[in-house]
Amino acid sequence: MDQIAFYTISAIILGGGLAMVSSRSLVHSVIWMVVSFVGVGALFITLSAEFVGVVQIMVYAGGIVVLFLFVIMLVNLDEVRRMEYLHRQWLPAVLLICLLIAELGFMMWAGSQDSPLPTPEQLDTTLRGMGGNTETIGMALYTQFILPFEVVSVLLLVAMVGAIYLAKKHI
Amino acid sequence: MGAIGLSHYLLLSAALFAIGAIGVLVRRNVILVLMSLELMFNAANINLIAVSYFRPDLTGQIFSIFTITVAAAEVAIGLGLVIALFRNKDAINVDEFNLLKG
Amino acid sequence: MNLFWLIPLIPLVGVIVNGLFGRRIKSEKVIATVACATILTSFILSVVAVAGLAQLPAEERHVEIVLYDWIPSGVAHLSDGALHAELAVFNVPFGFLLDPLSAVMILVITGVGFLIHVYAAGYMHGDRGYYRFFTYLNLFIFFMLILVLGNSYGLMFIGWEGVGLCSYLLIGYYIGKKSAGDAGKKAFIVNRIGDLGMILGILTIFFTFGSLEYSQIFEAAHEYPLGAGAITAACLFLLVGAAGKSAQIPLYVWLPDAMEGPTPVSALIHAATMVTAGVYMIARSSALFALSPIAMTTVAIIGAATALMAATIALVQNDIKRVLAYSTVSQLGYMVRACGVGAFSVGVSHLMTHAFFKALLFLAAGSVMHALSDELDMWKMGNVKKYMPTTHWTFLVGCLAIAGVPGLSGFFSKDEILWYAWSGPHGHPIFWAVGTLVAGLTAFYMFRMYFVVFQGESRMDPEVEAHAHESPKAMTVPLMVLAVLSVVGGYVVIPGVLRIGPLAALHQRFNLVEWLAPSLGGESHAAVATTRDLLLASAQPAIGLLQEAEVAAEEASHGLELLLMLTSSTVAMAGIGLAYFLYIKMPRRADQLSEKFSGVHRVLWNKYYIDELYDALFVNRTMDAGDALWVLDDALVDGTVNGVGHATKRSAAASTAFDNMVVDGTVNAVGYELTRSSRMLRAWQTGYVQNYALIIALGIFVLVSAYLFL
Repeated sequence: MDQIAFYTISAIILGGGLAMVSSRSLVHSVIWMVVSFVGVGALFITLSAEFVGVVQIMVYAGGIVVLFLFVIMLVNLDEVRRMEYLHRQWLPAVLLICLLIAELGFMMWAGSQDSPLPTPEQLDTTLRGMGGNTETIGMALYTQFILPFEVVSVLLLVAMVGAIYLAKKHI
Repeated sequence: MGAIGLSHYLLLSAALFAIGAIGVLVRRNVILVLMSLELMFNAANINLIAVSYFRPDLTGQIFSIFTITVAAAEVAIGLGLVIALFRNKDAINVDEFNLLKG
Repeated sequence: MNLFWLIPLIPLVGVIVNGLFGRRIKSEKVIATVACATILTSFILSVVAVAGLAQLPAEERHVEIVLYDWIPSGVAHLSDGALHAELAVFNVPFGFLLDPLSAVMILVITGVGFLIHVYAAGYMHGDRGYYRFFTYLNLFIFFMLILVLGNSYGLMFIGWEGVGLCSYLLIGYYIGKKSAGDAGKKAFIVNRIGDLGMILGILTIFFTFGSLEYSQIFEAAHEYPLGAGAITAACLFLLVGAAGKSAQIPLYVWLPDAMEGPTPVSALIHAATMVTAGVYMIARSSALFALSPIAMTTVAIIGAATALMAATIALVQNDIKRVLAYSTVSQLGYMVRACGVGAFSVGVSHLMTHAFFKALLFLAAGSVMHALSDELDMWKMGNVKKYMPTTHWTFLVGCLAIAGVPGLSGFFSKDEILWYAWSGPHGHPIFWAVGTLVAGLTAFYMFRMYFVVFQGESRMDPEVEAHAHESPKAMTVPLMVLAVLSVVGGYVVIPGVLRIGPLAALHQRFNLVEWLAPSLGGESHAAVATTRDLLLASAQPAIGLLQEAEVAAEEASHGLELLLMLTSSTVAMAGIGLAYFLYIKMPRRADQLSEKFSGVHRVLWNKYYIDELYDALFVNRTMDAGDALWVLDDALVDGTVNGVGHATKRSAAASTAFDNMVVDGTVNAVGYELTRSSRMLRAWQTGYVQNYALIIALGIFVLVSAYLFL
């Protein structure tokens, strides 16, 4: 059961991603991006990270996608259509990335031989015992990680101001 | 294939990361580049959550919340930049933005 | 008496005063007074000093005063064969020696010198370089006194060179006349050749004995065997020097030309003093000469040959000064020959008497020239006695003296020389024969000159005759004094055979030979070591032995001496008579004779063509060498210098090329390389962000690989 869920969600994520990258139309890319994001959210929920999953859906699939759509709307679409498709450097880039991933995969495989990972059955009980996910995260966030929390809020403020300034017309 | 272990999730995140990287490096459209960037962020998040699940430790999830927040902020800024660039050059073709050439 | 070192220095004061201020002192009287006064002072001091010396016993008549060490240079190595084969210090102390020999010399020099100064004060009247003349004259006296008073060969050499210099200055005194300058040069150069021999002689002496001082050398000479090689060599070298200074063969050629100088100069330098320096030197070195029979014989032969040759040339000369000049050469030959046969003191005595009558003759000739407006040719004179009585009488006295007429000084000294030439230890009858012949020739040519100039008909230019007058007192008084001296000066050398009666008493009181004996130690040696006794002689000095020999010789050969004396007197008279005959009684006979023997006459008149020979052999060869060297200089030296210049220019061009190509090239190449490589690197800066992102990915890949595999 878990396996089916995992592979299905994986397929959705990866498929959406591939489609997004290779789509000719910007709007299509955005749609496929949404699909991918939702898949990722689902994945989070299966990993007992319910809060994070919901946040993912709300922020990514909701806010960021909307942002992208607004900007696409502001940009001239005719121009987009006439554009050349792929960058000149697509071949070396693809090769390089494949190599990189191969390497990372090798690293992960090598690493996992040494230390056996805990089985899901053990994990479930542990995590369940921690109470509801949201409560737990909330507790941790406001006690242990209060400083990063405040900093991130300032960061958001800065980002907001910056975005406004950048995007507005010259006075 | 047996039980889904951490390595599966790690491989998934790596694959998603690769797809996002390819998108960043290969596509000419600036907006698409930013979107691929988001994919890479997501890959990292998957990684974090997966490891957090398997440890088990809550830190990973909290970290990923912060990551999402930062990503959102970054997208806002980035798109603001795109709009500013578009106003100046009237193009979103990456090839056009070569003022640093030389 | 211990102040006798002032004697040479007082004339130096005269030199300084006249030399530095003479130009400004317009009065001739002042200049002349200064010059004569210094010499007179020196003369008085000399008399005092010699008187003091005479009071000392004979063996101690040897006063040395050293003023200071003049050249204390380092040690020198002596020759290995020397008896004093240790390190010697080449030290030339500035020291003076007063002993019988130098006493005689200083009296003669200052006395005759003073008389000549007085004469010159009148003779040079009106000359533009008056002060210059007296400066040089005083300078000459100074150097001559240094020469005779020095206590070492070093100091003698200083005086030697100095008188040579003054001789040049004074011969060439008339700086307008080219012939005067040439004569001065000739004198100096010929003298220089002699000086070379002198220097070699002095150095040989130094290397043998280790010192230059007389006292040390003559002491050490006793230890040497007869005929030692080093000593013979030294004596022969010294003889070369004497030949140069005293005008012997082959270096006499300068003396006749030296007559270009003013007459007082000829009188002082070339009659009385400078030319006698050579004789003085030989006499001083008698100890050394006596040890070398070879040298002695050489000296005698050269002296005799010179005397004969000069006398023959004098026979046919027409210039009155030339006649006197050759006569001087001849008489010097006499003196040198005397030393050569071992009679050193007799040679010195002849030096003294010759100074008297030769100076007298020169001054009288000058007086005649002065009166006849500087006429020199005797055939343009005649019957001068009518106008110049004093000069006439004094000149006659001088001629009688030089001819050796008995009763005058010349007779005594000349006769002693002839006696020793026959019977002396190194003597030989042939020397006597040559000497007598020369005496006859001397008498002849002197009286020839006398008769032609003073007697007979007047051959003078009428204009000249109108102005003829007797010379002023300043000139005639010295003449008279010298005439007196010419008569009485010889009585200090009375020959043995005449020591009878009043002359014997005189001989007891004044005996020059005895006076000079301590200085001339060589005489005793010469007495002992004859060429015949070479095998048996031990070199023991023995004054006693000399006296014995003397007494024995005297007793046994009084008769011989008397005979020889009569012979020489007769020869002299014959000479006078012949001259009288030829030039007064039958003047045309002289011309006929000269035509008959025209070949001989021409050779004699041209002085045996010796001057021409020297010219061809030496003078022209030297000038050719000079030309060759000039060519060498022009081609080689200048060529080298120019070549170096060219080479420098070319190397400079090469250097420039190097600088342009290599150095600049390197700098340019570096710049070019930088540009080229940077062009490659510029390719990386595409300006496309995605390119940069690719590079980032590449970097990550590399890092991960490094982490994995390293």
